Amino acid sequence: MTLPPRAPFAEPMAAGRARLLPWTTVMAGSLVTILPLGATLPLLPPFGLLVLLAWRLLAPLALRLWAPALLGFFDDLVSGQPVGSATLLWPLAYFLADALEARSGVRDFWTIWLIASFAIALVLLAGRVIATPWTAPVLLALCVQIVLSVLAFPLVARSVAFVDLKRAG
Amino acid sequence: MAPSRDRRPGFSRRAQYGLFVTYVLGIAGAVVGAALLALSTVNPAGFAALRSGVAELTAPASGGIAVVVRGIASVPQAIGGWIDVHGENARLKARMDRAAGALMTGRAAVIENARLRRLLAFRERDEGVVATARIVSTSASSTRRYGLLNAGRWQGVEEGQPVRGPEGLIGRVLEAGPNTARVLLVTDPESVVPVRRLRDGRAALVAGRGDGLVDVRTIDTADGQFRPGDVYVTTGVGGIYTPGVAVAIGTARGTDSAAAQPFARPDSLDVAMVSRQYFAPPPPAPAPSPAPSPSPSPSAAP
Repeated sequence: MTLPPRAPFAEPMAAGRARLLPWTTVMAGSLVTILPLGATLPLLPPFGLLVLLAWRLLAPLALRLWAPALLGFFDDLVSGQPVGSATLLWPLAYFLADALEARSGVRDFWTIWLIASFAIALVLLAGRVIATPWTAPVLLALCVQIVLSVLAFPLVARSVAFVDLKRAG
Repeated sequence: MAPSRDRRPGFSRRAQYGLFVTYVLGIAGAVVGAALLALSTVNPAGFAALRSGVAELTAPASGGIAVVVRGIASVPQAIGGWIDVHGENARLKARMDRAAGALMTGRAAVIENARLRRLLAFRERDEGVVATARIVSTSASSTRRYGLLNAGRWQGVEEGQPVRGPEGLIGRVLEAGPNTARVLLVTDPESVVPVRRLRDGRAALVAGRGDGLVDVRTIDTADGQFRPGDVYVTTGVGGIYTPGVAVAIGTARGTDSAAAQPFARPDSLDVAMVSRQYFAPPPPAPAPSPAPSPSPSPSAAP
């Protein structure tokens, strides 16, 4: 992606705003659940998690390591999952992406996508185990949700990269 | 490009300790998350105040977006409504003529029913509608099925009240905030509604599955003879749901349980009516009086 054109003497984004921007984008991703969707099946991808992983994998220093827990707590309040599930699972996913990326040896978008897909699938499966009784037959819907989330990740990553260029470019 | 294996931020001790502290804080955040999760497993309503606080802010946004979406969606509907007006008019008139006889019979039955109830001194419950509001959003990314209702305690909505739509039962109020309420939909895996089959009046339970359908389960017998097309309505047993509200229609055969489809589909949730609980919750039990001590047996007397 090419750098966006900036006027020669334009100031870069203020440091406070630049630090706040990743937080606001993740919270905006969590707030996708307030769209007036009457969902029969839980198919909406967890956009907050997608944005969080995109920030971690594209701009590793944009969010502090303690950010995922707080952002997950906010997500719990709007997602309908029991409070504490994203607060626990998002930091774990963040650390997992961290560890996998450090051991991958390569760094291209396919690797990033694979790591993110793995983390998304684990978080969604763990969220289902936490929130819903074992007997509920939601596995098929969950698999569809995982596939949709994995397919949505490149779009989210593209948007995050765009915001990141605005922020740091 | 391979990421660097050396994760140290440099030679600065301060920067190294700073990075170490962020790791400690990150792990501490996950531990706090586990503790919160344990708390909300023990007491699911524990964070109701926080959740409804956030919902107070998000519900107006959801409502506003819904108004815009409905406004746009109503344009083709309004145009389409003018096509085939004459044919529809003729069809409806013919149907009214056909139904006139049934209507007479139904009115006679209503009068008869009221007379018989008076004879029995049947105690009528107040089925007053507390509030009518829209379901503005649902938990679309979670395996739990909740809806957010745009009315709360200030409109008279209380926890445990049944919510129904024009098609049938939607669910019941789980948490009521000042202006919003969270509704447990009948399709949620933890929702159970006592029902009766219209065909023969057999009692059953409708339990949510989480995948948009519900399971009908027998209570008293092993073979419920569930058939596709069976209609289930609420009974009022348990005191929450008003009797006679349509819940689900069977879609499969079964003996001890069978799948059914709820009448109120979440994707067509529009207007929801909250009514009072069929039987108000019982008053708190009085303090236990001291148990009467067993009197000494008279046979001990000489």
